[in-house]
Amino acid sequence: MRINMRNMHDNQAGTIASIKVSGELGRRLRDMGLVPGTEIRIQGRAPLYDPVALRIRGATLTLRNNEADYIEVEVE
Amino acid sequence: MAPTVALAGNPNSGKTTLFNELTGSRQHVGNYPGVTVEKKEGTYVREGFRLHIVDLPGTYSLTAYSLEEVVARDFLVNKKPEVVINIVDASNLERNLYLAIQFLEMGIPICIALNMMDVAKKRGIKIDAKKLASLLGVPVIPTVARTGQGKKELMHSAAQMMHADHELAPLKISYGTDIDQALSKMEAEIKADNFLTDTYQARWIALKYMENDEQILSKGKKVNPELASRLEEAVRSVSHHLLSTLDTYPEAMIADQRYGYIKSILKRGVIYHKYDQNRLHSSDRIDKVVTNRFLGPLIMLAVIAGLYHFTFTYSKVPVGWLESFFGWLGSALSTVLPEGLLQSLIVSGIIDGVGGVLGFVPLIMFMFFGIAILEDSGYLARVAFMLDRVFRIFGLHGSSVMAFIVSGGIAGGCAVPGVMATRTLKSPRERLATLLTVPFMNCGAKLPVFALLIATFFAQYEAAIMFLITIGAWAGALLVAKLLRITVIKGESTPFVMELPPYRMPTFKGLAIHTWERTWQYVKKAGTIILGLSIVLWAMMTFPGLPDSKVLEFEKLRQTEIKRVPAMVAQQLEFAGENAELSDSAQNLKARLQRIDAAEAEAGLKSSIAGRIGGALEGVSRWAGFDWRTNIALVGGFAAKEVVVSTLGTAYSLGEVDTEETGSLSETLAKDPNWSPLTAIGLIVFTMFYSPCFVSVICISRESGSWKWGVFAMAFNTALAFGLAVLIFQIGSAFGLLVK
Repeated sequence: MRINMRNMHDNQAGTIASIKVSGELGRRLRDMGLVPGTEIRIQGRAPLYDPVALRIRGATLTLRNNEADYIEVEVE
Repeated sequence: MAPTVALAGNPNSGKTTLFNELTGSRQHVGNYPGVTVEKKEGTYVREGFRLHIVDLPGTYSLTAYSLEEVVARDFLVNKKPEVVINIVDASNLERNLYLAIQFLEMGIPICIALNMMDVAKKRGIKIDAKKLASLLGVPVIPTVARTGQGKKELMHSAAQMMHADHELAPLKISYGTDIDQALSKMEAEIKADNFLTDTYQARWIALKYMENDEQILSKGKKVNPELASRLEEAVRSVSHHLLSTLDTYPEAMIADQRYGYIKSILKRGVIYHKYDQNRLHSSDRIDKVVTNRFLGPLIMLAVIAGLYHFTFTYSKVPVGWLESFFGWLGSALSTVLPEGLLQSLIVSGIIDGVGGVLGFVPLIMFMFFGIAILEDSGYLARVAFMLDRVFRIFGLHGSSVMAFIVSGGIAGGCAVPGVMATRTLKSPRERLATLLTVPFMNCGAKLPVFALLIATFFAQYEAAIMFLITIGAWAGALLVAKLLRITVIKGESTPFVMELPPYRMPTFKGLAIHTWERTWQYVKKAGTIILGLSIVLWAMMTFPGLPDSKVLEFEKLRQTEIKRVPAMVAQQLEFAGENAELSDSAQNLKARLQRIDAAEAEAGLKSSIAGRIGGALEGVSRWAGFDWRTNIALVGGFAAKEVVVSTLGTAYSLGEVDTEETGSLSETLAKDPNWSPLTAIGLIVFTMFYSPCFVSVICISRESGSWKWGVFAMAFNTALAFGLAVLIFQIGSAFGLLVK
């Protein structure tokens, strides 16, 4: 099932299916290792539920919900 | 000249630790020409051979989006360092190799330092460095920068590369048939026309066109617009094709293939994970508590209060030493130098001015030390993570909070270290908005002004008013930040996406070097300008001085007073030591003479340039209820906000007023018909928001990289403050609120 990263719950794991954004944000996401085919797991959210923190390639990244909106994730 | 070695790598890969380990104290910090990115250089010396080491800014990639990336790339291309040491975090190998691959695509000779081997081992990661080296075709040396392990081998292998003297062929990765074919065609055209090829490799230029690299595109347009447009056209047609067939962009495709290439290398027995890569480590378990929904904010409050306490309480002792030293120097020189202009210039102009600048030094040192601990340990990234949601509303960034707190978000800070604290912010627009609004916070120097006015007019509501002042400063700063972000610094927010680095124990060496170099930069750069400006401000408050006839008049008054008492009393006063007991009549005479001195000082101040400005402004400042005395005090406050109260004292003929004991000034204001609680509120608001003191203005100019922003801060803040003060005074007067 494909869902938007914003809608994933804590500790949920999945594989990035697509990232639909170009320009600076698109490039920054790719530079940090967010590309299709990568496994991720949601680590948690900030006290105000935004930004979100996730594990990827053994590191922890954080991004705002409105940045996560561009990322579709394939989950079980 | 010694051969140059550049250190490159991702942020948090241990690059700076390695740099410190290699160069020790033989390093200095400057700026890259024309930009505010720090340039760290040093010398590595061992057994007679010397290497010039440049620490490039930490980057994840070599695109042209961030200033750091452009700086790193330009340095590599223009300065052509003999070797580039690419520091790679072994515990995070896959992502870190993304940068390494881009160096290889550029054809840059790199030597990989496989750093943090100890962390990788703890996480159950095994890496075959030899295999990685043979697959990538460059040396790979395992290191632990914190302990210096592998340092010798690394430098040995770097030195060998230097002597090898062979051109490294750029790495060719397949980016998929469509892109590959287009790249080959473009490469041939670029070669045929020698298009930018004296600086870059032909294939790399083609690749950057494919990635829509702004810097290369604009360079290309200038050199050969005809070929440039043909190349752009080729890219457009590939883009179009990719979008319609695979629903992707060339740049995304290229990134995918780079990661694919890395994966294929790692799969060939280079890396072995004992555990699931994304399992939680001890650092993540700390995060479960530290960024917890309820505990997180509480811990953050405690940490911020702790930093504040550390900076402002513990620095009091050395600040006190410096103050008493300059006080002693001033009075010592006063006795040595003959009374007159020279004494006044040296004591009131130079020593007070330079003393004022150096007085900030312990504050800055403590602040940078505290922030370095938070930054190096990884906690600062968590603060940004937790607070981003709030600050984003105002067009700022989660990391802005530190600068606001240090500047006086908890009343009593200082904008100078606050402005410098914005360096931890990597988003340019958010950073500029932060450094322009932190001076609205209530720094320690504004507090005596508030204390005086509150004690005079609102004595029974002291705590409530102080609380309102603090809230008002935050509200003002955040709203102005929002206003700036939708007007002069408008633009989309910089992508927030960032790493939450694992928690690490900071090393004392790292903290000490960090603190020292930033403090020294402040002393060096700010010191010289501030010395000049102190002299100008001193001159404004001193010249042209009273005309001789006036001076004579005051002298006559003094003589009359002296003649009125028996000669014995006057003699007693004249020859008495500073602490000698005086008879009643002598004391009486002393007080009367002091009153004349004070009146002379008031007259002198009124006729000075500053006084004339104050008088001339009275026509305008009346709108806010300020008379010429207040105006002079506020002009003086531009030098340092501490001066407001003492200048007000001089203007009211009270002589020197000690900021700690303002009783007599308070009584005078309470009786003065020009003053009412309403005027006091207007002045409080004006003091909160008007121009930052000039040390802050200089720091703002330096940190923003342009005098334009320093001037903007002075003009805009003063206009805003005046507008608010007028509004308060006019509305209050119209409704008869808070008047006497």
